[in-house]
Amino acid sequence: MVTDIDINDLKRITELIHTKHGYDFRNYAMSSFKRRILRILELKNLTIESLLKRLNDSPVFINEFLDELTVNVTEMFRDPGFWRALRDEIIPDILLNHQTFNIWHAGCSSGEEVLSMAILLREMGIHNQVTLYATDLDATILEKAKAISYPVKNMEINEKNYIRYEGKWSLRDYCKEENGKVTFDKGLLANVTFRRHDLVLGEVFNKFDLILCRNVMIYFNQALQNEVLKKFHASLFKYGYLAIGSKESLIWCDVANRFLVVNNEEKVYKKIKD
Amino acid sequence: MSRFNLNSSYKAVVIGGSAGSFQGITKILSQLPKTFPLPIIMCLHRLKHVRNGFVEALSIKSVFPVVEPYDKEQIKKGGVYLAPSNYHMSVELGNYFAMSTEEMVNNSRPAIDITLSTAAYVYREKLIGILLSGANRDGGLGMKHIKDRGGLTIVQEPSECMIDTMPRAALSLTKIDYVLKTDDIVNLMNEIDKAYR
Repeated sequence: MVTDIDINDLKRITELIHTKHGYDFRNYAMSSFKRRILRILELKNLTIESLLKRLNDSPVFINEFLDELTVNVTEMFRDPGFWRALRDEIIPDILLNHQTFNIWHAGCSSGEEVLSMAILLREMGIHNQVTLYATDLDATILEKAKAISYPVKNMEINEKNYIRYEGKWSLRDYCKEENGKVTFDKGLLANVTFRRHDLVLGEVFNKFDLILCRNVMIYFNQALQNEVLKKFHASLFKYGYLAIGSKESLIWCDVANRFLVVNNEEKVYKKIKD
Repeated sequence: MSRFNLNSSYKAVVIGGSAGSFQGITKILSQLPKTFPLPIIMCLHRLKHVRNGFVEALSIKSVFPVVEPYDKEQIKKGGVYLAPSNYHMSVELGNYFAMSTEEMVNNSRPAIDITLSTAAYVYREKLIGILLSGANRDGGLGMKHIKDRGGLTIVQEPSECMIDTMPRAALSLTKIDYVLKTDDIVNLMNEIDKAYR
């Protein structure tokens, strides 16, 4: 079993993926990227050399690789206080000026946050006034997000979070349990468009009133975070909102002074300058 | 003469702990010399979905304020850092932290093995690792990595631990330099401080 990887080998991997497949992991944070590669080597029973060979020779292996490489650990209503702030402060503020608005979930993974948002909007009675875009780099995980079907064992934490969010009903009212899986009401995704999008190499594709990108940029180094935050700035209407993870910060980035902190505890920012 | 074999080239102290470590950690933090020359990086098992309270409870007792760092925050001398709830905390080349929400390791997030192993990678022989009381094996492998890269390793005396699974895991995986009671860990921190004067 491979237990450590040399930096030069990591570089060989990222260079090959970049030239051969057009994905850029060269500015990912090193320690987690290394752990992901070690995990793939173990799961697929590969060495560095055999991994490089498969990435080079197989046209389909890259999708499998991306699905394992990207971190897809998420929860519904993670950080309940954040979701309460959205419901009680942020979204009411958007509604003051807009009857309809749109939201981008950047790096949506298996869709738990999109689903949480859809439930929040339905409980606020404004589900049909909002258009949601959910994007991810990983095509495999997008299919899971569209299915909104999750292992029952995940429900314990989801339900606990929902209770602490102080939702109107019970999370179980939105889903059916069958064969160890819970499947949510497809109607919740009526206004959601899923699409593959690369935050690193992709272009700005729309303007939004609210962008959620929580615990995605932690996998990037500071230089890349800076570039991605510029894209978010460009993708927001003036006075639009950006939400990042509770342990992320805008302090270091170039666009910091074009945002105002509106909720420091839950890391919600408002764009105040173009 | 010091009973410890110390020098003044260390860059950081990293501390892991779980069940039964709170008392020990507060004792260490409350008796730190005011001139303590190294950052202290702590990964302690904690309730996953209680974000507030823990860092405040530690800060009250500590000589230095305890902070939960942000992703990509620089590690500074005099800083006492605590891994935030529900994130793994790594040390990166360039001397800063990185957070991640990867799968749990040893049923834990934050996992002590991740913080200890990444710190060992970055600081090599210039790291002091301390593992306290705990009820699972998390941290054992991290201590082995510290030892393998030439760092100094200390575990809490098992007989003093409320639950000794964690220090025993480290002792079974590598040759630990010192097995100490909390009071002696406090003395060690003072000796480190003296070595830098």
